[in-house]
Amino acid sequence: MSVVLENGRRQFDYWATVYKRTWKGSLVSSFLLPLLYLAAMGIGLGSFVDGTGTGALGGISYLQFIAPGLLAATALQIAVGESTYPVLGGIKWQKFYFSMIATPLRPADVMYGQLAFVAFRVLTTCAVFLLVIALFGGLATPWGLFGLPVALLVGMAASAPVCAVATRLDNDSGFAMIFRFGVIPAFLFSGAFFPVSQLPNWIEWLAYLSPLWHGVELSRDLSLGTVDPLAALGNLAYLAAWFVVGTWFAVRGLTRRLIS
Amino acid sequence: MDASRVWKVSEQRESLVHARGLTKAYGAFEAVRGIDLDVRRGEAFGFLGPNGAGKSSTMRMIGAVSPVSGGTLRILGMDPATDGPAIRARLGVCPQDDTLDTELSVQENLTVYGRYFGLSRAECRARAAELLEFVALTDKAKVKVDELSGGMKRRLTIARSLVSKPDLLLLDEPTTGLDPQARHLLWDKLFRLKQAGVTLIITTHYMDEAEQLCDRLVVMDGGLIAAEGSPYELIRDYSTREVTELRFGPEVMSTDHDALAGKVEDLAQRIEVLPDRLLLYTDDGERAVAAVHERGLQPAAVLVRRSTLEDVFLRLTGRTLVD
Repeated sequence: MSVVLENGRRQFDYWATVYKRTWKGSLVSSFLLPLLYLAAMGIGLGSFVDGTGTGALGGISYLQFIAPGLLAATALQIAVGESTYPVLGGIKWQKFYFSMIATPLRPADVMYGQLAFVAFRVLTTCAVFLLVIALFGGLATPWGLFGLPVALLVGMAASAPVCAVATRLDNDSGFAMIFRFGVIPAFLFSGAFFPVSQLPNWIEWLAYLSPLWHGVELSRDLSLGTVDPLAALGNLAYLAAWFVVGTWFAVRGLTRRLIS
Repeated sequence: MDASRVWKVSEQRESLVHARGLTKAYGAFEAVRGIDLDVRRGEAFGFLGPNGAGKSSTMRMIGAVSPVSGGTLRILGMDPATDGPAIRARLGVCPQDDTLDTELSVQENLTVYGRYFGLSRAECRARAAELLEFVALTDKAKVKVDELSGGMKRRLTIARSLVSKPDLLLLDEPTTGLDPQARHLLWDKLFRLKQAGVTLIITTHYMDEAEQLCDRLVVMDGGLIAAEGSPYELIRDYSTREVTELRFGPEVMSTDHDALAGKVEDLAQRIEVLPDRLLLYTDDGERAVAAVHERGLQPAAVLVRRSTLEDVFLRLTGRTLVD
């Protein structure tokens, strides 16, 4: 364990340098898109929904309904984005992973470093987004601030398995599939914008499989103060399982790719 | 008897890389099929061989990033299967692909890499400055790697491999793809490292590079070691001191070369018939030329030259093109 931490510390400067170089470029994708969604859906569509009565939402504004879910969905998108091209780039294009394992670092250390950077990206982006949400009055209660650790967990639950897939790809065409058939459907149908109970039964069940739904539920329940401890534990365990199993496959995939 | 045993023990102690019956298989394909070698401290050791000879596979095993399939391998006295990180902590690796981070600056590539070895930031900065000076890239320190030429990237990769002050430097085809100026500059740098006592292991398929840099080398072919020795020993053992090249005019068909070869066969220790010329391997090239003329043959062009490693190489690995 101490070796893992030490080898993580040794990668800090690399990721800090990368971030210094890229944070400006990532501003648009990280903050602008979720802000646009928040404005269009929460305020635009929201004023329309709120005008017809929000009984179905339990008496809160539509903005307050979607904001916690949108936070979790943003975490998912950032995490997947940081786990696709950067990972394959380290293997195939820039090959910087190969330079890392020529040092005392091991493939597992390299993967943990990558995941830690994803965690940092998710955490910083979501923290800023959460601040904006709070300023717009999107949080029904201050408990909604706990949406941040939930967003982090959602991000990691998505990042680890996507990293695992990326380490097994030969080219980037697989990423389009991940976005088209994974991220976008999850974004739209995981209960961020409407309760999944509105969906046909079989899609509703698909939504329950998505880690994002569990994150949206947790995040929203926290914000509205409607947490059911048992359900929340289930949500947490489900997300943690995606992260742990995903990390195992990601480490294994990267090891096989780098050590041959 | 006793003396040789003592010598063997001391050889073992001094040997930074020690391999016996080393093999590497990828599935059913055996890239390395049982090689023995010892690389001693302070020497420049070369792997020569055509593409697919098993050089890079061997280098990756020595770099402790590729598990051994069979046989024994000890690097710096340690077993790569169990001590990979400890071994890599003392190696410098200059891979065939530069694997530099093209988004980062020249200097950042060095400082960040030093951190992987656990060096302090101050140490990394000092080493980076020193090494950029060494590879003549000081004025490029702040430039993004993307903007460097191929030769500069290669020099930077070598500088990076030296950040940790390695005991053993692995260079996989260090000058492939470089122009002559860049190659000579790199050779100069590598020679200075060797003078400074760094142990070098180099793979190359440039004979002049091997002759320039290597104290000792092995020629690999088909996953096996075909020959081992210093450049001088290899030339002595596998070629002759000189080579006489005879070219005949266009009126002589290449099919006539065999007949011509028959006439001069006895003048050389070995004779090679090529489509455009005859090669006479002999210790006295001029005497062979005189004898050729005495026999009434009129070659259009005659060249007497010293044997090179290239002659050894082609003799050992054949002239067939390997893809």
